[in-house]
Amino acid sequence: MSETTIPRPVPRATPELAPFLEAARAGRLEVQRCTACGTLRFPPRELCSRCWSRDFRWTAVSGRGEVYSWYVMHQVYHPGLAADVPYVVVVVKLEEGPLMTSNLVECARDRIRIGLAVEVVFEERDGVSLPRFRPGTHS
Amino acid sequence: MERRTAQAAITGLGITEQGKVFGPSAIGFAVEAVRLALDDAGLEAHELDGLLVNPGLTWGGSAQMGSFALQQAMGLRDLRLSAAMSLGGATAGAMVMQAVLAIEAGLADHVACVFSDAPLKPPRPQETDAQGSGSSGAYAFAGGLEAAYGAFGVNGLYALVAQRHMHRFGTTHDHLGAIAVAERAWAQHNPRAQFHGKTLSIEEYRASRWVAEPFHLLDCCLVSNGGLAVVVSRGERARNLRKPPVWIRGMGQGHPGGDPLETLASGAPIAAKSAFAMAGAELADVDFCELYDCYTFTVLVTLEDYGFCGKGEGGPFVADGRIGPGGSLPVNTGGGQLSSFYMWGMTPISEAVIQVRGEGGGRQVARHDLGLVSGNGGVLSTHTTLLLGRESR
Repeated sequence: MSETTIPRPVPRATPELAPFLEAARAGRLEVQRCTACGTLRFPPRELCSRCWSRDFRWTAVSGRGEVYSWYVMHQVYHPGLAADVPYVVVVVKLEEGPLMTSNLVECARDRIRIGLAVEVVFEERDGVSLPRFRPGTHS
Repeated sequence: MERRTAQAAITGLGITEQGKVFGPSAIGFAVEAVRLALDDAGLEAHELDGLLVNPGLTWGGSAQMGSFALQQAMGLRDLRLSAAMSLGGATAGAMVMQAVLAIEAGLADHVACVFSDAPLKPPRPQETDAQGSGSSGAYAFAGGLEAAYGAFGVNGLYALVAQRHMHRFGTTHDHLGAIAVAERAWAQHNPRAQFHGKTLSIEEYRASRWVAEPFHLLDCCLVSNGGLAVVVSRGERARNLRKPPVWIRGMGQGHPGGDPLETLASGAPIAAKSAFAMAGAELADVDFCELYDCYTFTVLVTLEDYGFCGKGEGGPFVADGRIGPGGSLPVNTGGGQLSSFYMWGMTPISEAVIQVRGEGGGRQVARHDLGLVSGNGGVLSTHTTLLLGRESR
């Protein structure tokens, strides 16, 4: 590829997202846990929508879950993803409860279905470990 | 049910040229839409005392105080009601509601409700991605997790909900296609429609390219430049204007909260309860529907949520052509936002006004005493219901 190739988009370590990315760097998938009522939440938010507490901790989850819904993106919204189209965007229902938007990888198109067991896999992208999901061995 | 007499009516309708129309800015289209609506009603600009605006995507810095920006652009003086409103595709219905409430409270007599936008740019020759949009900074938005996953846009968010609906209830691509085909058939009788003169078969629908599978291109609404305004008037002022009044018989809002991916439902049940109680009407009284159709799927869910069929039965309900021309439940009789033009929620309101007045020409429905209009914003996040009638009660 030429030097002007636009790279895939990389999430920035904003104050809100940095702990998530740091955990991913260490091979852990983490979500926020409200320390007042215990509700897990993702993506990161300032406060708990159940009890409105602003207190939370990042907490590791198993990285296992199942496909809750999915679509195949055929549009090129970002030139860095042009070579990846069509790719699969998935919403994973984590074992621990929260829904997490990600990509489904290492999965043949005709195997994708709602309820498919998946597990997290980390993709190295320009210094960031990006959590994505592949078919899992659990049931 | 006790029928309440409507206190306000839509008296003016202004629709600018729609679609790939270049030249006016968003505010320019808004001014033109209001001018047309006043002319339609036979009102002078100085008689307007309320201005409600839903700024589209291209209002830029004027969006925040959009109604004031439009007031100044038109040189309007001494308004008694003014607001920019923002509930996504439910804004149009909410503006009409706000106008009615203000009129009933004695705060205004003639309120213009306006949407406009100009997101389409004229094609520029020899522009490539690298020159045009790929320059540094153009993708500064792409710093979040969603961008890293390529999870861009509303198409995908609705596709996720549709996928679960298909999984849970057995809804098929052809069910969605039946909605696209029905709306396109209606558009053939609407000279304003961007797809007027371009018919659609289910085979052509199936062959249209994927956008965010399970959505084909033809599951998604159009993008349009243009403006659209209605004037809402106090009842006693509405009767002697140029056109027959279109009475706002019932109205309601419903904003369910939570995650539509889990509920697979809109706010229609909440909004409908208010609207039908106010009108003293039942679903069986509805002669035709103008349903917010950002996607084919939205129409399907909305039909279910109003109770035209059971939850999950929307697919079989639309499969037999029932909602198309000649069907038993006319839906989106001008072609909807899938096949006519996309003025957010103003498109369905405008078509209901046309139908209630009996101005539908080749697409005029036989019975047009009561029309149901829905608005829907976000991802099934916000919802409005208007029941528009030929009689005030």
